[in-house]
Amino acid sequence: MSTHSITTQKVNFRVFRFNAGDDYLPYYENYTMEVTSEEVVLDILNRIKWDFDGSFSYRRSCRHGICGACAIKVNGRSTLACKESMTTMIDWFGTDLTLEPLSIKRAVKDLIIDKGDFWKKHDAIHPYLISHIDEHPEMECAVTPEQADELNDADLCIQCGACHYACPVVEVNEDFFGPAAFAKAYRFEADVRDDAHITRLEELHEEKQGLWDCVKCFECAEVCPKEVNPIDKITKLHQMLFKEGVATSNVATRHAVGFKHSIAKHGVLDEGGLVLYSEGPAIIKHIPVALKMFRKGKIVMPWAIPKSDNLDEIQQLIKSSSTVKF
Amino acid sequence: MKKLKYALFTGCTAKQSTPEQLMSTYAVAKKLNIELIELTEASCCGASHLQDFDDFLSLVLNARNIAYAEKHGLTMVTICNTCQLNTAMTKHRLDHNSKLKAKVNEKLNEVGLEYKGTSTITHFLYAIIDDFGLDKLKEMVVTPLSKFNIAPFYGCHNIRPSELQNETHKTKENPYNPTSLDDLIIACGGKNVDYEQKNKCCGFHVELQAPHTAAVLTGNAIAGAVDQNADWMVTPCPLCHLKLDTQADHASKAIGREVELPVLHMQQMVGLALGCSSEELGLKHHVAEVNFI
Repeated sequence: MSTHSITTQKVNFRVFRFNAGDDYLPYYENYTMEVTSEEVVLDILNRIKWDFDGSFSYRRSCRHGICGACAIKVNGRSTLACKESMTTMIDWFGTDLTLEPLSIKRAVKDLIIDKGDFWKKHDAIHPYLISHIDEHPEMECAVTPEQADELNDADLCIQCGACHYACPVVEVNEDFFGPAAFAKAYRFEADVRDDAHITRLEELHEEKQGLWDCVKCFECAEVCPKEVNPIDKITKLHQMLFKEGVATSNVATRHAVGFKHSIAKHGVLDEGGLVLYSEGPAIIKHIPVALKMFRKGKIVMPWAIPKSDNLDEIQQLIKSSSTVKF
Repeated sequence: MKKLKYALFTGCTAKQSTPEQLMSTYAVAKKLNIELIELTEASCCGASHLQDFDDFLSLVLNARNIAYAEKHGLTMVTICNTCQLNTAMTKHRLDHNSKLKAKVNEKLNEVGLEYKGTSTITHFLYAIIDDFGLDKLKEMVVTPLSKFNIAPFYGCHNIRPSELQNETHKTKENPYNPTSLDDLIIACGGKNVDYEQKNKCCGFHVELQAPHTAAVLTGNAIAGAVDQNADWMVTPCPLCHLKLDTQADHASKAIGREVELPVLHMQQMVGLALGCSSEELGLKHHVAEVNFI
């Protein structure tokens, strides 16, 4: 016999309301209700609509964490409403919870947003297999379990947009593809049957829209309800750019490669040297800040850069362990 | 209480552009009777950029750093969020993948080293909270920071990915509602300021390749603290510190309003509460002047 007991707690919900057709500005409605330990966030959305206001609008469909329709923000955290338990939300944030759309600036009606930018970026990375298959093949196209493993977790993405609208770069740079599109791109880049590796990578390499604008904040990994871990895929795509020879010399690629050169020379990083290596002549734009730092004793001269003890070990390991050339 | 002793992985920044961070780390350790054995053999962790270029090389180099902590038989303590992430991530991957560990050890053996997986890794912030204890710290405060509204800025790589960081810190941190730095401020007698950007990205890692993005994120962070009447900000990450302390001009232009605040390392804040002098804490090294002492 189960010993599990259902508990209840009173929770105050502050809910984003906005109707683009009628309202000039959004506003918030407050709803207080007893929440049971069995409920998920979607249950609360349903109860607001059914018990308080039938006009309250949000997206929902499968209720099984598959369709990705019901992603919203709870206290600023992207959340798939049908998957996230209220118990977890209360544990994390207490009993005052704010329910908002994934993106306030894209709100259409209450928690429903216009995901047009998300789908545009999703489509831009050619999210399908591009393969030149012989019409009359002599044998099947075999994929080993190990090869399939390379893309399996990326394949779990349900395009809910949780990571996309949690990404701080998406908010700042409208050209940036965003973590969901990168995870989808990886799904096909890692597919041994795909013939468009280079073309897709070239697009992902482009400044402003591409991989190099990722700030590495791990928000995408944190919020993904399917554990796709987009930042892990972004890192793997970075590595592919170098391995496939797509990476061209620019400030971002030199910044990555410069670490190896600096470690080989000093063990530690030569911070000023790295900026010079990455920027080239454009380093001139950093001079005003560098002067301020210099005056405060925050810059070490090139001849005084510290070196790691046992530097010969580090140099030997770099020589024997390097797997990529650029 | 048994004397705490750690293998200190300084990272690169504390030896160059944030010398005050290393000074204040040692000053605080001395006050708290914590012994630090500096890993002078350690190399750069790759800062998440070498990892974009050569993943295996970064694993080998980070494993080498941990191997030196293991030789001392000590927990490794970091003072940089990004060093913390890259080192902890390396440990996680090697401890959960015996083939990868063997491959890395094949290389380390060339220089007479072995990664065993015996040393744990923590950040100095969590060493103070988890191992030293905030109650004990409170008892040692001689100059409570009660005059100040202090805005905590957590930095990404100490709190995300939470699964990894919860493996290394005893304090289980919710990345959407982190408390460690707030708790530390309160333990030092200060008033913690709550603001939306406290757990957001400062933009450091795209400073060169996407300067506008970086500047907006920095500006939003400082503005968030200013809008909540913070007197100063405090961070456990020297990279966040550099961004917030030295880039206020760019950030102000990017967000269209003048914002600047002193940004202290968390070691400096603790040191002030413990009665360390401004010289010991290196307060003269800040670009955004620390003018309240």
